[in-house]
Amino acid sequence: MTPGNALRRHAIAKVFHLLCATVTWASVAVLGVLLFHVSYSGWMWLDGQFLSSFPSRFPEKAGIQSALWGTLWLITLTVSFSVPIGVAAAVYLEEYGGKGKLSRLIEVNIANLAGVPSIVYGILGLVVFVRFFGFGRSVLAGSLTMSLLILPVIIVASRESVRAVPDSIRQAAFALGATRWQVIRSHVLPSALPGILTGVILAMSRAIGETAPLIMIGALTYVAFVPNGPMDVFTALPIQIFNWASRPQQEFHQLAAAGIIVLLTVLLLMNAIAVLIRYRTEEGNK
Amino acid sequence: MTNGSPENTAGLPLNKTRFQWKEETIRGALFLCAILSVATTLSIMAVLATEAFTFFENVSLSEFLLGKKWTPLLVPRSFGVLPLICGTLLIVAGAALIALPVGLATAIYLGEYAPGRIRSIVKPVLEVLAGIPTVVYGYFALTFITPLLRSVFPSTQIFNAASASIVVSIMVLPMVASLCDDSLRAVPLPLRQGAYALGATSFEVTTRVVVPASLSGVIASFVLALSRAIGETMAVALAAGATPRMTLNPLESIQTMTAYIVQVSLGDTPAGSVEYQTIFAVAALLFVITLMMNVIAHHVLRRFREVYE
Repeated sequence: MTPGNALRRHAIAKVFHLLCATVTWASVAVLGVLLFHVSYSGWMWLDGQFLSSFPSRFPEKAGIQSALWGTLWLITLTVSFSVPIGVAAAVYLEEYGGKGKLSRLIEVNIANLAGVPSIVYGILGLVVFVRFFGFGRSVLAGSLTMSLLILPVIIVASRESVRAVPDSIRQAAFALGATRWQVIRSHVLPSALPGILTGVILAMSRAIGETAPLIMIGALTYVAFVPNGPMDVFTALPIQIFNWASRPQQEFHQLAAAGIIVLLTVLLLMNAIAVLIRYRTEEGNK
Repeated sequence: MTNGSPENTAGLPLNKTRFQWKEETIRGALFLCAILSVATTLSIMAVLATEAFTFFENVSLSEFLLGKKWTPLLVPRSFGVLPLICGTLLIVAGAALIALPVGLATAIYLGEYAPGRIRSIVKPVLEVLAGIPTVVYGYFALTFITPLLRSVFPSTQIFNAASASIVVSIMVLPMVASLCDDSLRAVPLPLRQGAYALGATSFEVTTRVVVPASLSGVIASFVLALSRAIGETMAVALAAGATPRMTLNPLESIQTMTAYIVQVSLGDTPAGSVEYQTIFAVAALLFVITLMMNVIAHHVLRRFREVYE
């Protein structure tokens, strides 16, 4: 091997290092550009009037009150359906499931469900909840559809944190005569709680941003009132953004940007909470 | 966990049965929750199959799969799905061209080069990118990427495949990067140290030792990312247009399978008509394609994973 060859090889390695670094920082820059573009286009529409008005065909009068309340209703119902079921499924798979064929089937099935496009869930919701059960285009139908969509996320995250609970805790409780459910309720679940919470928050932020399934079940884009109950029709923040973004006028694009600022602020806050919980738990374990 | 069942609550016989009864009920309820996911899959299949079946009573399968013209909402109607597939493939190919190499390079940088401090900055940024709703990416494509493209290529149409596939690539990039990162990190350090000891450069260690050793994970991440890109809806519905056509020109307006479904459900097509049933046929096709890709990805992961002790 000649010295020249070695020099060339090290030069290639340098270039490769530089290339990988550039590409990585480029994707960080893309996030910056996106956030800057959105805030630059939307900030001047963002005021109290925008938050407290209903949609309108006059951009200066339009706002997101019904969309905000719709999203709040949707998320509250979605969480109350999906979290108990998701955590229960995770507990079953980890604590009772074993290595049998059925557990294996459920596991593969959840992995595949996580990859089903969200619009297909929308079609399921349209046929089953809107038409078959006759819930109509209500918040209830929307949140049931959304629950099915985020269940795999919750189950996977909860399973991981249930699995991370050390076996010695279980054995100690069993040794004191606790039944399996007592062990789970008083020891496994409390220890796994931070991890489960993080997963739930991430699943919630997924649900807040999802648009396609809601369009499929027919969440209306023009709703000039706040929903009063689970059977009311509704709109949601991402739907309102989609509606404004798909209009040709510049003003509506800026309104969409203002809506996006609100949406992203909520999502970033939730992300921060999740990171905080993770951090606190890691500190606590030290 | 599942070993050693503690049925020894050692109270009175009466007590014991009450406990057992409660334990069994709880177990059953938890099982129902777990089996719900299987029920979800089955109902997706049942819904798509029955609704698509009524569609195929009116339109033959060969006309649907082989026809080159998709005009179900206009007279004369034509139900050839190939233009939608072509549009979807155009988006996916463009996204793959950017996201796969960039995602792998990012994972390599994070795993092989970057110090921990940089890693702790870049990782959360990627998580935020992954968490941004797709409708936001659609807005970004429409109001930022498209004007940018038009200033470079003046022939670019307002709705075009290129801007949509650029944002779809941004969207799936974090997934590729994080899955690749996981599998690169699973390669044990001694393998790298051995290669370095033989005088290999960092480039050679990465491309000839680390990436080949984690190839199954890398390929699986690629397949999952492509499947995600195929199912992506809002960004393409906003930015790629609503013109089903067979073209390879990314600067033209096209329509994907998902965008078509959105278009119909936003319109006033009467439910139950043949035009309306098309969305179930298209969705069934979409479901079959993405399911196949997911199964392949998980199979690759299981079958070809190198296990290091």
